[in-house]
Amino acid sequence: MKYKSQQVAYWFFALCMLLFALQIVYGFIMGFARIGMDGLHDWIPFNTARAVHTNLLVIWLLTGFMGAAYYIIPEEAQRELVSVKLAYVQLISLALVGVAAITGYHFNIWEGRKFLEIPRELDYLVVVNVLLFLGIILATLFKGKRQTTTALVMVMGLVFAALLYLPGMIWFDSQVTDSFFRWWVVHLWVEGVWELIMGGILAFLLIKLTGVDREVIEKWLYVIVGLTFLSGILGTGHHYYYIGVNKIWLIVGGVFSALEPLAFLAMALFAVYMYRKGEKNHPNKLALFWTIGAAIVSFVGAGLLGFAHTLPQTNLYTHGTLVTAMHGHYAFWGAYAMIVLAIISYAMPNMTGRKRYDKLNGHLAFWLSNIGMLGMVVALGVAGVVQVYLERRLGMDFMVAQEEVKIHFVVMLINATVFATGITLYIYEFIKFGRPTDEALEMKEEEEHILVK
Amino acid sequence: MLSKSQARAFFFGGTAVTFLIFIGLTIYSLAPSNDQTNHHNITEQVIKGKHLWEANNCMGCHTIMGEGAYYAPELTKVIDRKGAPLVKAILQSPVPWAPNGRKMVAYEMTDEEADAMVEYFKWIGQLDLNGFERIVSPLAKDK
Ligand code: HEM
Ligand code: HEM
Ligand SMILES: [Fe+2]
Repeated sequence: MKYKSQQVAYWFFALCMLLFALQIVYGFIMGFARIGMDGLHDWIPFNTARAVHTNLLVIWLLTGFMGAAYYIIPEEAQRELVSVKLAYVQLISLALVGVAAITGYHFNIWEGRKFLEIPRELDYLVVVNVLLFLGIILATLFKGKRQTTTALVMVMGLVFAALLYLPGMIWFDSQVTDSFFRWWVVHLWVEGVWELIMGGILAFLLIKLTGVDREVIEKWLYVIVGLTFLSGILGTGHHYYYIGVNKIWLIVGGVFSALEPLAFLAMALFAVYMYRKGEKNHPNKLALFWTIGAAIVSFVGAGLLGFAHTLPQTNLYTHGTLVTAMHGHYAFWGAYAMIVLAIISYAMPNMTGRKRYDKLNGHLAFWLSNIGMLGMVVALGVAGVVQVYLERRLGMDFMVAQEEVKIHFVVMLINATVFATGITLYIYEFIKFGRPTDEALEMKEEEEHILVK
Repeated sequence: MLSKSQARAFFFGGTAVTFLIFIGLTIYSLAPSNDQTNHHNITEQVIKGKHLWEANNCMGCHTIMGEGAYYAPELTKVIDRKGAPLVKAILQSPVPWAPNGRKMVAYEMTDEEADAMVEYFKWIGQLDLNGFERIVSPLAKDK
């Protein structure tokens, strides 16, 4: 770490850990409700638990992206953040808005629109907060010594993510139009601009961890994000098949969303290839595991499992079933949760000066969480396929089919326990690192190598 | 081999072209002549129903048009399946509705509110969902 202001990132990462832990608690509440143990129903009904679970997910990922930006941008732009004080103001206000929203969900204060449950009044505060964040990051980047492709792609992702939040704030009388524009936020985030953020973080990590020449990495970064938008923008159509809009989306959405896995495939190949090509002597093995892991698991979760239900002929049957939940878990985990955990694993030794890069706990955290998540996803997938068959093919009643899939939720909960153990170890290691120190500023880090192409 | 500036051109070019097509298709599919939703049937009551739908986060357990959560039944064709009186009774019940053990929240809606919800469901039930309306509720198809 070269700049003192990068230490701000630590507090964003700490907030991440807290919100992530809470997200898992609410996941368990839902999981147990699904096997009939709904003792909390009067205080935390399923819809509250779900809104909290998914919103905490989105908030902790965004917090992680912000932390990543505060860490990466000074290093890329080669200067301190323009204001550390404002960055802390932004952090605290973000935490307050988040807590207010989540608390409201327990008192029936929300806007029941999946993933966008934050009430409109709070939306305005979110906008102010994000503008402050973008102001700090953009000013730092453009006052800096250089504007690298890695930094530009990441910042472009952040700016577009902010802009795309706006269509979700408009009121529509028609449920159909409402849905239509809700996807401009949800789909164009996860299958569009967030991939730029992910790509930026991935490129940064690969440059640092493998020592491969920046020019080579950044060229491929453009190709990857090019593929993302080329397929992802029109791929939005895969949410428009069956919500009451024109049939043209069956073709456009079908063709372009079927191409979306290419961007994730490119990301996976890119990461593995750069790793092979690079020097294998970076001591931070854990960061490398999470980085390469994110690239590979995102291809499986988003690419392959997304493709599995994206053609209109399949989606006709799987639309809005547990098959969707299966894909949602593995895609969010592989692409966004893992990349945030990767940048945290990379940044912590550099910020604190403590070289805990190759600890057994850290490796256990990686493997237990990944094995647990894979198990959860398989259980959800089996439940989903059974549900589709019984309900949509045989025409069984919803609740009759649900009784049949109950057992798969028992399996899911067992795997969720393995997953949660892994995450507990990750958080334990995070705490063990302690706070950032100024001595860490003097430590020599990896130089950027120039390899022959 | 591909150069960095070519890669950049691919990114910006591809994005611009697909984005323009996307906007074009959006305008096309939202044009009144392509309406599949009986937009003129959206009455004050349907709008009130939508407000209630959001205010209570019904989508946090149910799906509608296949969107939402997977804890409770799909509601696109609920009026066809259950009939308006039963739907009203469920919404007005002072105890949680739980015919199969899984509990709903007891909303204790007023008569007026429950009527608005029913009107909302009736409007939803008439949407042309490109074939999904037949898959999602086999009972509705048989009627
Ligand atoms: C990291 C990237 C991705 C994430 C985080 C993600 C996450 C999700 C989530 C959470 C949903 C449920 C949304 C809702 O019902 O409100 C969803 C739906 C869907 N995703 Fe993805 N996804 C990703 C990438 C992809 C890709 C690349 C494809 C296609 C190849 C895809 C295909 C689909 C389809 C077809 C649905 C609709 C399912 C339905 O009809 O119920 N996803 N995704
Ligand atoms: C202990 C761990 C977890 C458990 C037990 C759990 C359980 C659940 C349950 C029961 C649902 C609701 C499905 C429904 O509507 O019936 C859900 C939704 C969801 N969870 Fe989790 N979850 C866990 C961890 C996670 C993690 C780590 C992530 C992200 C990386 C995640 C992302 C999501 C998403 C995106 C949805 C919405 C899916 C959709 O709408 O299709 N969950 N979770
Ligand atoms: Fe999508």
